[in-house]
Amino acid sequence: MEIIMAIFVGILYAAGVYLLLRRSILKFIIGILFFSNATNLLVFLSAGLIPGGAAFVGEKSANGTVLTDPLPQALVLTAVVIGLGVVAFTLALKYKYFEVSGTDDLDEMKQEKSETNLKEEK
Amino acid sequence: MTLAIPILIPLVFMIFMILRLPERVTRTAGISGSTLMLAAAVFILIKVKTEGIQTLYLGAWEAPYGITFVADPFSALMLVVSSVIMMAISLYAIHFLSSEYRSGKFYIFFFTLAVGLNGAFLTGDVFNLYVWIEVMLLSSFVLMTMGKTQDKLRGGIKYLALNLIGSLFFLAGIGLLYGKTGTLNMAHLAQIVQSSEQTQWLNTPAMLIFLAFGIKSAVFPLFFWLPASYHRPNITVSSMFAGLLTKVGVYALIRFFTLFFVQDPSFWHNLILIIAGFTMVVGGMAASTQYDTRRILSYHIISQIGYMVMGLGIFTPLAIAGAVYFMIHNMIAKTNTFLVAGMIQKVKGSFDPKNIGGLFTESPFLAVLFIIPAFALAGIPPLSGFFGKFILIKAGIESGQYLITAVAVLTGLLTLYSMIKIWNEAFLKKGEADSETKKLTFSEALPSVILGLISVLMGIFAAPVFDFASEAAEVLMENTKYIESVLK
Repeated sequence: MEIIMAIFVGILYAAGVYLLLRRSILKFIIGILFFSNATNLLVFLSAGLIPGGAAFVGEKSANGTVLTDPLPQALVLTAVVIGLGVVAFTLALKYKYFEVSGTDDLDEMKQEKSETNLKEEK
Repeated sequence: MTLAIPILIPLVFMIFMILRLPERVTRTAGISGSTLMLAAAVFILIKVKTEGIQTLYLGAWEAPYGITFVADPFSALMLVVSSVIMMAISLYAIHFLSSEYRSGKFYIFFFTLAVGLNGAFLTGDVFNLYVWIEVMLLSSFVLMTMGKTQDKLRGGIKYLALNLIGSLFFLAGIGLLYGKTGTLNMAHLAQIVQSSEQTQWLNTPAMLIFLAFGIKSAVFPLFFWLPASYHRPNITVSSMFAGLLTKVGVYALIRFFTLFFVQDPSFWHNLILIIAGFTMVVGGMAASTQYDTRRILSYHIISQIGYMVMGLGIFTPLAIAGAVYFMIHNMIAKTNTFLVAGMIQKVKGSFDPKNIGGLFTESPFLAVLFIIPAFALAGIPPLSGFFGKFILIKAGIESGQYLITAVAVLTGLLTLYSMIKIWNEAFLKKGEADSETKKLTFSEALPSVILGLISVLMGIFAAPVFDFASEAAEVLMENTKYIESVLK
């Protein structure tokens, strides 16, 4: 189970990095989403996966005495909430940028900059 | 309870600011809030100095189970210095904020940033540190992109992108660290690392976390977000970021790499030294090719980060003390140069020294205000920067790291060169006769005067400040003290 999850996390990271390198800001934001979810899953996996284990001492789990660690799940919960806030903010920022500039292209950002530099020099 | 106060004060003021009060009220509240914060920080510093390391177990869950707040000399010092800067900024904001930051909007995020900052300095828990840094980053994103100009948004997107990736690296590092040790408490982590024989597994989380804080503190190959964004927002915001944000990254690096990432010292210290050298040189060279005052100063932040990281790389008590002293000096002087850049802009209407001139004859007072932090940064003797560099260089020679020491000395010249460039163009060069010069009022200059005085006093009374810095370094190097006071 862990192996499958680990490979899945790797794929998510790869997809995230690929999207982060795109020129479109929207794709970049989706990349951030992939990246952050891959990280969340990594943290979640850090305690190991024990199917059916109870979270707290004192409760009998299905297969006897095996316990799962509840802490990474709490951490992931916090991280998910933070990630949600960050992505919401990024989307709002992207919208605002689109309103002002009318472009979704990161490369055009650079070109405009060199144009303004030229104007300043003149 | 004392340790929660520096977080509660800005939190209360932040909530107060949301009420959209009239301009006059928000300004007064901004200043009084940051002054209260400073008072609380000084109180903690005195308490740490007299009674030793302070701890607070949140929710009465004892370490390592709950979240712990720890104030050792290093974090108390950082707390005080950052509060001083926050206070100076709140005074500066009255005169220099542009219209989009008005009606308390600035102060909401000013105080949120303070919450995150103080939390990051005080926490003794790795995951909790991630949360505080995220609080700080989000408010800095908002401050960076407030106002609808294209220019600002562009800088904001670059800033946000790299910092988010940095945060995610940090989180991944925490996950791996927890998976291997089963704890998030820094002191407990240190204890586990000390008692375990095989520590090679630590290198993976250490590298992830090093990358994360490398991005946040803008060291050599990871600094590109900083010059792309720091000169874009209002100068008040720029100067606040310049003094505080990157230093949190350095703080976390020093904390982590003295407390529990102590495996494999030869590899890590060499890596840190190489990175420090490149950071210094590349930052210094890039600064000397720029013309906008704010861009020169932004590249210059990077160059100075190199010195602090170098102290960590040499890793002797003297070097760490030097890094701590240098950090204090740099936070104050760096903020001050940005404040002065804002004042020059107000007086002459430009950030480009080429368009300015004759300030030396027109406003000698401003010239003095500029020369103090500029010379402090360059390391001219009676000022604070000289002692910071002197201690680091001495530590470098004593431990036989001649190459990095030479680089540090040469970078000092680069710094001096870029400061002289601003000086020659803006102050010494003859101004155009028809150029307009506005008068500077004293209350506009007050924050810069305060920070300048601190720079001078830190130079004159270098011994007591350095004594405290070495005390902080001692606690950092001998981590048993830290561990014992947290895990009683």
